[in-house]
Amino acid sequence: MVMHTEKMKASVSRRTFLAGSAGVGLVMGVGAMLPGCSREEAVSELASGVASRLFSPTVWFEINAHGGILINIAKAEMGQHVGTALARVIADELGADWDDIEFKHVDTDPKWGYMVTGGSWSVFTSFAMLSQAGAAGRTVLRDAGATLLGVNPEDCEVAMGRVSAGGKEVSFAEIVQKGDISRAFSAEELAALPLMPASERRYVGHDTKAHDIPAKATGAAVYGLDVELPDMVYAHPLIPPTRYGSSINSIDDTAAKDIRGYMQTMVLDDPSEVLQGWAVVIAEDYPSAMKAAAAVNVDWTPGPTANVSEADILNEGAKLAADKASGVLVVNDGDVAQAHASAASTHNATYRTSTVLHFTLEPANAVVEFVDGKCHIHSGNQWQSLILPVLAKSLALEESDIVIHQYYLGGGFGRRLWGDAMIPAALAARTLGRPVKIVFQRPDDSRFDCPRSASVQQFDASFDAEGQLTGIEHAVAAGWPSLSMAAFFMGDAIDGNGKFDPFSINGAEHWYTLPNHRVRAINNDLAQRTFLPGWLRSVGPGWIGWGVESFMDELAEMADEDPIAYRLARLDGAGKNAGKAPEAVGGASRLAAVLEDVRERSGWGRDLPDGEGMGVAICHGQERAMPTWIASVVHVAVDPDSKKVQVKKIWQSIDCGTVVHPDGAMAQAEGAILWGVSLALHEGATFKDGQVSERNLDTYTPLRMADVPELDIRFMESTEFPTGLGEPPLVSIPPAIGNAVYAASGFRARDLPIRLSK
Amino acid sequence: MIEFELNGETVSSDSAPDTPLLWVIRDELKLKGTKFGCGIAMCGACTVHIDGAATRSCITNIEAVAGRAVTTIEGLATESGKALQDAWVSEQVPQCGYCQSGQIMQAAGLLENNPNPSDEQIVSAMNGNLCRCMAYTRIRKAISTAANGGGA
Repeated sequence: MVMHTEKMKASVSRRTFLAGSAGVGLVMGVGAMLPGCSREEAVSELASGVASRLFSPTVWFEINAHGGILINIAKAEMGQHVGTALARVIADELGADWDDIEFKHVDTDPKWGYMVTGGSWSVFTSFAMLSQAGAAGRTVLRDAGATLLGVNPEDCEVAMGRVSAGGKEVSFAEIVQKGDISRAFSAEELAALPLMPASERRYVGHDTKAHDIPAKATGAAVYGLDVELPDMVYAHPLIPPTRYGSSINSIDDTAAKDIRGYMQTMVLDDPSEVLQGWAVVIAEDYPSAMKAAAAVNVDWTPGPTANVSEADILNEGAKLAADKASGVLVVNDGDVAQAHASAASTHNATYRTSTVLHFTLEPANAVVEFVDGKCHIHSGNQWQSLILPVLAKSLALEESDIVIHQYYLGGGFGRRLWGDAMIPAALAARTLGRPVKIVFQRPDDSRFDCPRSASVQQFDASFDAEGQLTGIEHAVAAGWPSLSMAAFFMGDAIDGNGKFDPFSINGAEHWYTLPNHRVRAINNDLAQRTFLPGWLRSVGPGWIGWGVESFMDELAEMADEDPIAYRLARLDGAGKNAGKAPEAVGGASRLAAVLEDVRERSGWGRDLPDGEGMGVAICHGQERAMPTWIASVVHVAVDPDSKKVQVKKIWQSIDCGTVVHPDGAMAQAEGAILWGVSLALHEGATFKDGQVSERNLDTYTPLRMADVPELDIRFMESTEFPTGLGEPPLVSIPPAIGNAVYAASGFRARDLPIRLSK
Repeated sequence: MIEFELNGETVSSDSAPDTPLLWVIRDELKLKGTKFGCGIAMCGACTVHIDGAATRSCITNIEAVAGRAVTTIEGLATESGKALQDAWVSEQVPQCGYCQSGQIMQAAGLLENNPNPSDEQIVSAMNGNLCRCMAYTRIRKAISTAANGGGA
């Protein structure tokens, strides 16, 4: 199994910390220094604000002459309060006063390093580096402060923005004003710096107010949709009938010419081939663009997938999953074939999920302007480093000539990992020689979405003569995001025979100890050709967990065992499931601990009225290399007449190690759990004639306030390494609901969304 | 030319009479706090007050507001409106924040008519406002907090 978080961390493995006086401030940076760059050169470059090819700091912060601390955040703010969480880590180790902290979300200057916000990685991949950066900064300030105080550095305490010793103290502001600082720490020196024990932390693990919230209560927060530039015109997409292979035969804009503000309709030729068969309406204002777009007639020859339906995609997936020769081997423990051949009995089941839309409430948009040959893009985005080379190809520019300016994201959920909406605005702006703002109306946003692929999983279990489980073969067929958008993330099959998208199979390599276990990842080629499969909050585990944890309940019932006892018996931490420090220390035993915790808190096993039931499910988060240990119990009622499922209460126990920003973590858990409810019961799109047919809220119906259950969430006390949290609380909710529905009604749901009646 | 009152000041627009109020507010009058979500009045991100009543601006043509008083999140100045904004911070409601102007304007409309709503009344008034981050439990709690004089 490829550990893709390792790839994320590799880019910052040989880091050097530098601190240098710059004008009236002190600048501190962490980054990789390439051979040939001296420490002196790097400090000088850092302080002057110029990044060279020899030194590119990935994170830095500045302290001004008043003691104000500006922390640069290269992660997208999309509701997770990530700036607050990351700044808390630095502030603690630095010995800062939280009230002195400010931060800004930076653009795509190469000096910020690789830019991605996804995978629930932000805290996990930044924590060690930011802790060390803060500790190095503290050391610099302590030493400079000690010199000013005339004392030994070892005798100094650094806290709340001050260095003190023996009743004397000096503030960070004074140190910055008086000190002439030039320091560098090698990777080895950084690693040797003492980090603050958890008991001494003032910020990490302690509650605070998120920095981004006040502006979001007054309407002052600025999103991509709010950007305006002088002399700007508006673009409205004319989206072709298929994602790929459509071509425009003719355009008739006669009816649009009478619309005030209409300027022209422009065919877009995109060398990156992300846009195929595209045109945009250009107008002086957006209402005119909307009217004109409705009046323009485009004659397309659609691409080859113009007749594909949701059923076609699911049927293709089922055919592939049932074919034992299909797919790529991801897990092969023991000998499943032998277990099956010698089985006294077998049981199989097929689990399916339908297409799901991101439906970020802020629709896709971008503003693009060319200034002095450089392309400036204003748009909220999660993965700038992924789209920059695509934009470079579209525009025939160097990546260094493109700058993406960041804004608040009106929802990310994975949609904004792919910045394709920037391309039509950029192409139009270059042609027109004017700034262009493109805004997608909701139905177009839905059609242009990179949705969560429909999926089909087949489980084949074998049993011996005593009915004991002897093996499971698990096959998962879906569209693969990485295949189309990020091929460098594709993993190698364990037998070297092919590649797979780890994001689309994560969750299948779970922490249960099984006698024989085989997992095949299968690309649903029809899905792949029909649409662009996207990363949607919780990605693979979001559908794979549905199958794994529902099937686990089926097995428990066949064994006539309690579903929690059945799971606990297999969470023995044997072999590969023992876990490894620091990220996965404790292994399956931590999963067992949250399961026992939620069993007790939910009153599992108590008598319930007829038509009500409780269900359980667990998960290990987004990937084995970054386990977030979660167990959920859901209490549902199923109406005997209408068959409507009401989720009454959800208990969830979470062990994500150290919780950096407790209230922010709770908010992420609340939101992700309700996403789980929504995906289980409320959301599902269907492909029809090559495109999603549910395009707005009249037919696509996410959870509303009236259907929100009571939530009882507990974070386990822990000082272990912090893991991801934005997605994992979602994963166990749909199967826990399905298992509860079975307990309440006897109906075994195997499709998402769950429908008890047609 | 159509004249109306926006946050207490008289404004005018030369746009076509059937232009949605949302775009006049955002793009002509430059108040960006009111958001565009679905365009069919089903998400609530564009909610403003017209003569004090919470209204979806994405399907309200400007000719319909001629001579009337429009209030946006930037002009929300009622006591209960301020209490809601304070509660939104004290309860740490917003995640991405995109829907929150509309949520607050919808809630302010509720509290103007019903200063002490029950949980059921809150749900009934707010069910048309989608929060894609699903911060619903905090939205409900913040409205209760504001109604009970808390939040500051």
